[in-house]
Amino acid sequence: MKLRANLIIGGALFALAILVGLLAPWLAHTDPVLDANLLNAEEAPSWTWWFGTDDQGRDIYSRVVYGARISLTVGIVSQLINSVIGVGLGLSAGYWGGWWDDFVNGLTNLMLAIPSLIFALAIMAVLGPGLTSLLIALGLTNWSFTCRIARASALSLKSQGYVQAATVLGYGDLRIMITQLLPNMLGPIVVIGTLGMGSAVLSEAALSFLGLGVRPPFPSWGSMLSDARDQITTAPWLSVFPGLAIFLTVLGLNLLGDGLRDILDPQSRSRRT
Amino acid sequence: MTGSPLIEVEDLRIDLNDGSRCVAAAEGISFRIDRGETFGLVGESGCGKSITALALIGLLRQPLSIGGGVIRFEGREIQQLSAAGQRELRGNRIAMIFQEPMTALNPVSPVGRQIAEMFVLHKGKSWREANQLAVEALASVRVPAPERRVKDYPHQLSGGMRQRVMIAIALACGPDLLIADEPTTALDVTVQAEIIELMRNLCAERGTAILMISHDLGLVANVCRRVAVMYAGRIVEERGSADIFRTPSHPYTQGLVASLPRLGSRAALGRTRLKEIAGVVPAITSFPDGCRFNPRCTRATDICRTAAPDTTWLGPGGFVRCHHHA
Repeated sequence: MKLRANLIIGGALFALAILVGLLAPWLAHTDPVLDANLLNAEEAPSWTWWFGTDDQGRDIYSRVVYGARISLTVGIVSQLINSVIGVGLGLSAGYWGGWWDDFVNGLTNLMLAIPSLIFALAIMAVLGPGLTSLLIALGLTNWSFTCRIARASALSLKSQGYVQAATVLGYGDLRIMITQLLPNMLGPIVVIGTLGMGSAVLSEAALSFLGLGVRPPFPSWGSMLSDARDQITTAPWLSVFPGLAIFLTVLGLNLLGDGLRDILDPQSRSRRT
Repeated sequence: MTGSPLIEVEDLRIDLNDGSRCVAAAEGISFRIDRGETFGLVGESGCGKSITALALIGLLRQPLSIGGGVIRFEGREIQQLSAAGQRELRGNRIAMIFQEPMTALNPVSPVGRQIAEMFVLHKGKSWREANQLAVEALASVRVPAPERRVKDYPHQLSGGMRQRVMIAIALACGPDLLIADEPTTALDVTVQAEIIELMRNLCAERGTAILMISHDLGLVANVCRRVAVMYAGRIVEERGSADIFRTPSHPYTQGLVASLPRLGSRAALGRTRLKEIAGVVPAITSFPDGCRFNPRCTRATDICRTAAPDTTWLGPGGFVRCHHHA
């Protein structure tokens, strides 16, 4: 039953983060961008200002709550792009083999050779900062692991009896890939996907920290950390709370990924029934 | 017997090409199956019977390929068909069931959906109609409570039930030919008989021809009207199934028949050893010259070691390839 603890805690943390993002307008005490009041600048956490205020008097609690929207959007959307690219390339490469497989393999090796953050930086440099370019940059740079796993699964699955049976029964290539191969490799893909979401949230933080992510004054957890670094000794709450939000979300996603891996393993599934 | 055959194989050769050299894994394969007929292909592991079946449905993959000969389905050459044309045949007109019902079903998809997919794929039905037809198909293979079973996953079914589902999938579109590759090898003996009976009855009802592939001569002769015996990539004898037991002609067939335990015989009672054929099947890369059975044959003479025997006709529809046939 220890498998379940992973899943429940991870799922709860991730669900909490999503809920906070969705309900931000109701949860926030003030507008995260407009409600600046220099009279309240750099207040320490208190009953009025739960997480304190920054040097412009903006409520950190409200900014963290709104920041969830951007950080999670980046995490989920960019990982979805990665999964689609990775599965599409890996699955077709493993199933078809031949020159296409060589090509995809070469591309994957290329992607693995370049640190993805550096590559994302280069893309951001071309596209300019902003949420859309952030999504594109992170969505195009982290598909290589998904691709590797999809390809390996396709290679081993295509020699399975039911895949051959499907060929014999007149299924076309696309139908075999979608109805026979994809559902059978979904477990590891979903696990990699949740873990990837965690690292995308971190990458967003890193890129925003470097000033390439979401433009101020809009809050994302990464950009808040970035803004807070000058005051880390005088007003530590500015970095602690967004940092905590990132930590809890990434922890939740990793636990969720681990838990999903345990229940999506076909062996443990057949044991349960 | 009259009219055009359903499927006709003429002088088929299957090459095994590992890049450096090319050997014939099977050659001189010729047979025909008429509509609604039952035909058996018997032989030991590696004699080329399964790759012959794969060649029929155009599914030989590297390193195997068709090296020569013609396969005609209803008069049309299968090799000449486009990939889409071949796919149209597979599952719809020619269906196949496999040895391992455990692995031949997709583990993550309910069995009803897998049956229904055949109607969607080949008959253009909507999913709603197809699901209804899937329940009927399950009922026709005598699966109890089919409306509940369609929602089951393969791992929830027993081996026999899974093979029934395979048969339902294979016969879903009313194919003209059912290829059964060792359909009962993985099943319990009692279930075997039920499955064979079911397959035979369903095919007889619908006029589906059966090509049954097995190493079990007794089983094949029981199901099929005609039987071809393969040895080391060649058909050595083809006879009516009653004849092959009564008057086996090729020394290999005689050996197979003699090695079957018979009820009440001294061997079956454990008093004497069962008959065996001395020696082992030659490897595919080192087939002997002449008749390929000669190193194991008690009747072999010099000619057997140099010349491959020609076809000798034994009455209508039966032949043997042996210099010294009985």
